[in-house]
Amino acid sequence: MQQHGPAQEQQREILVPQEDDLEQPPYLYPGYVGTRLRAPKEPLIILPKTLSDITGPVYGHRKPGELDNDLTRQHGGEPQGQKIIVHGRVLDGDGRPVRNTLVEIWQANAAGRYRHKVDQHPAPIDPNFSGAGRTLTDDDGYYRFITIKPGAYPWQNHYNAWRPAHIHFSLFGRAFRSRLVTQMYFPGDPLFFQDPIFNSVRDEKARGRMISSFDLEATIPEEALGFRFDIVLEGRDATPFERPHA
Amino acid sequence: MMGRKESLRLTPSQTVGPYLSLGLLREDWSKLVPPGHPQAIRIEGTLYDGAGEPVTDGLVEIWQAAPSGRYDHPADGREELPLEEGFHGFGRSGTEEEGRFSFVTLKPGPVPGPGGTTQAPHVMVAVFARGLLKHLITRIYFEDEEEANGQDPVLRSIGDERVRSTLIARKEAGSLYRFDIRLQGEGQTAFFKLSA
Repeated sequence: MQQHGPAQEQQREILVPQEDDLEQPPYLYPGYVGTRLRAPKEPLIILPKTLSDITGPVYGHRKPGELDNDLTRQHGGEPQGQKIIVHGRVLDGDGRPVRNTLVEIWQANAAGRYRHKVDQHPAPIDPNFSGAGRTLTDDDGYYRFITIKPGAYPWQNHYNAWRPAHIHFSLFGRAFRSRLVTQMYFPGDPLFFQDPIFNSVRDEKARGRMISSFDLEATIPEEALGFRFDIVLEGRDATPFERPHA
Repeated sequence: MMGRKESLRLTPSQTVGPYLSLGLLREDWSKLVPPGHPQAIRIEGTLYDGAGEPVTDGLVEIWQAAPSGRYDHPADGREELPLEEGFHGFGRSGTEEEGRFSFVTLKPGPVPGPGGTTQAPHVMVAVFARGLLKHLITRIYFEDEEEANGQDPVLRSIGDERVRSTLIARKEAGSLYRFDIRLQGEGQTAFFKLSA
């Protein structure tokens, strides 16, 4: 065994995996069967805040292509389904815009089918819809996608289980510690009550932060419905790291 | 300045689900340097679930400093330390092939730690998968950095040698390291919670 000084002893703080933060999902949520063999059971180890996590990948991504944020124009023809605009701002905890950050999305098509070899749902593939997009936020932290409203789809979690319609979102923010993957839902979905993934966030208001709102202003007449989805990432400011005393 | 503005609440995390490769693996971001780079190292591993089965629908992301120990990020202002041309420190690998992930990268240098300590060379790791409602965070340290590892404040904070050893990549061949990730059960990898 290694020797530990008093300073090290103080750092040996642990946290049980069944966390009590009701605004974030726990690792183990038995109603979502997939967590049972994948949630760690040993206590999490508290990691002190250092340069390693207040930095993160802000460079090194190739700029997304011109049409990467328009999922309706990635093929020869128009995809089936309801065309929608999904837009919003990416903010930090202080409400300041997170600029120039990569936003990646993926989703099922209008029939609820992913263009993925593992998806065996017998709904039709849409040859004009891949279901993946990406963009960078602008100076106001603003992003915008044009896509198709995804369909609900059945899954094997429990008898007659259906996922509410959702779009997967992946964001980096300014630092390793601000990394977030989430799902955006649609207002008024009747499937929320039976979905363990959505309900793994036990606080109702926090669940509400995953639901987009209908946005008439963003709606394009005769063409597409608008939905607003603002995202708040961890990380308060980008104050330069103080020089180490080492 | 007025009093501190009430802070916004964070958007909750949700699982990447089984189809993450559609959105997140459109390009190969697992090679941080070309495989022919004279200093290139390769890190390989397999992601296992609690039954010891490989997880074939996961994603492993890494973030690390350059060999000088400097991060390619504005919060690291130590401009006297060189960055590597074309090397940014971020990588991403899927686990679709029997749970295996791999990276071609450079070995990071030591990095400042809390209270004037120095952290041994390490790679930050984020693990995503169906069944993980939020990503898991771990670190890769290197077996052949024994002295630096012995001084590392994070490794030293872990009393249990068995737990600590799950964070050490084993050197297999000249520049090849093995780092398996076990989500649950016997030999579970040590996972971290970032302090606020």
